[in-house]
Amino acid sequence: MLKLAQLARVGIDEKEAETLSNEFEAILNYVGQVKKISGDVVLGEAGQTREMFPHRNSLRDDIDAHESGIYTEKILKNTPSSDGKYVVVKKIL
Amino acid sequence: MIDLSPLTIQSAREGLKNKKFTARELIEASIEAIKNRDKELNAFLEIFDDALAQADEADKKIKEGLDLPLLGIPFAIKDNILFEGHKATASSKILEGFISPTNSTVIQKLLDAGAIILGRTNCDEFAMGSSTETSAYGITKNPHDVSRVPGGSSGGSAVAVAAHMTIASLGSDTAGSIRQPAAFCGVVGFKPTYGRVSRSGLIAMTSSLDQIGPFTKTVADAEIIYEVIRGMDKMDSTTTAENTYPKQKEFNKTIGVPRAFFEGEGVSEVVKKNLEESIEKFKSLGYKVVDVDLPNISYSLAAYYILMPAEVSSNLARFDGVKYGLFVGGENGIDDYFKTRGMGFGREVRRRIILGTYVLSSGYYDAYYGSALKAKQIITNELRNAFNEVDLILTPTAPTPAFKFGEKATPLDMYLADIFTVPANISGCPSISLPSGFVKVGDVDLPLGIELTADLNREDNIFRASKEFLGE
Repeated sequence: MLKLAQLARVGIDEKEAETLSNEFEAILNYVGQVKKISGDVVLGEAGQTREMFPHRNSLRDDIDAHESGIYTEKILKNTPSSDGKYVVVKKIL
Repeated sequence: MIDLSPLTIQSAREGLKNKKFTARELIEASIEAIKNRDKELNAFLEIFDDALAQADEADKKIKEGLDLPLLGIPFAIKDNILFEGHKATASSKILEGFISPTNSTVIQKLLDAGAIILGRTNCDEFAMGSSTETSAYGITKNPHDVSRVPGGSSGGSAVAVAAHMTIASLGSDTAGSIRQPAAFCGVVGFKPTYGRVSRSGLIAMTSSLDQIGPFTKTVADAEIIYEVIRGMDKMDSTTTAENTYPKQKEFNKTIGVPRAFFEGEGVSEVVKKNLEESIEKFKSLGYKVVDVDLPNISYSLAAYYILMPAEVSSNLARFDGVKYGLFVGGENGIDDYFKTRGMGFGREVRRRIILGTYVLSSGYYDAYYGSALKAKQIITNELRNAFNEVDLILTPTAPTPAFKFGEKATPLDMYLADIFTVPANISGCPSISLPSGFVKVGDVDLPLGIELTADLNREDNIFRASKEFLGE
């Protein structure tokens, strides 16, 4: 469970890991019943069949969505740490 | 001071047009009602400080003779809907202090229609819950009995309307988060067809299921709001057109009831009795009520609790302490993530992210996620086939009336509160909860709700039958 939490990038302590293990057992036992559903469907794009769901991957034209820089200030205002026009993060290398 | 309790969008618009009151007086009455009642109920996280300025702007337009569908009408919005320049936190610590850099499409449409955005309402954290108990900003109480939950996740928006602190509100519905609290609080709650309302600017939970919709006192009001907020949007590529799903049949007053679905355990007797009474009422209105067999519909909730955490684990990956909100520093870059997300997310959110990571992991992907996608398709086919025969499907909205705080002991107990609402999300179908009477529990009267679901894009069937049911 701690390994799973690590993969999810969520820090939890051992006590929570133990509680989660018990809860997951009950939840997975319940959701596992979907495996029993009968019926043939062929899954298409994005896991959905064409005739029932009209949704497709849809890409906008490869052009600038808006004038460069118009949201910079607003977006930087929400960052925990910024310097001038940059977001500050810890050194990675 | 104006009393908001008898006012609907329709009657308030009349009052504004006939100069019986001004938009400013209406908003002042809302703010006063919030001051009086919300200390106890905690539906609102914030009253926006420009609410009165918005009202003055509306009054100016009214004076100029403008007639817009929502001009001067107070709205509350769930705390996961972005309103430019205003806070939005999805009731989570991890977004504390976040200021929306843009307007969501629904807010832009409400503003264009003249609405006044009064404030933001409490909800389960990131809309994950059925009782509004998982909010990081305290619980919201049911106005009919303050020892009970208002439902969730859009509990604050339901209470705001039910306790007459606003005339209408917006919520979001991923598995019943509009309809279930509407039933618990005795108001109308409507989830449109998946794709009919843009989610641009809605803080995402489960993108393949999330839909925005209104809380109102009347069906006519829900329809007015739907007409304003619906439509394709280039900012949300999942939006669909009015004619995306070809009409399968003409409306002929036929309602299907999937009896096997709710005759099992866990559904309270008062709920079953209320449904029978509602069936009789529809019959007296000239509806034909027939049994429908939906053998796979009961798998909806199980499929949901795979699809939802899977999408939650990806959607919430963006909260990393770098771009916005809370940052808790660790020993290094990756430890920053563990600390920020471990402390910023509440228990239910952590549970769902980790569960989603599990069901998407390579050894289990096919067994869980693959099966759930198949189930989604089978359930959709089954429901759409039923809509060849019937115009609407009728069920209770929730298996019980509003429950007490802390009553649901395990996560699974809580998840079962969504059993009747989730099929409409799994299939994308439009669905409404209507007040259907009260049940006396101890010395309080608790509201009950029934749910009508229609075929994709058949909101018209829902509005028609719902208005007849409520005598509008």
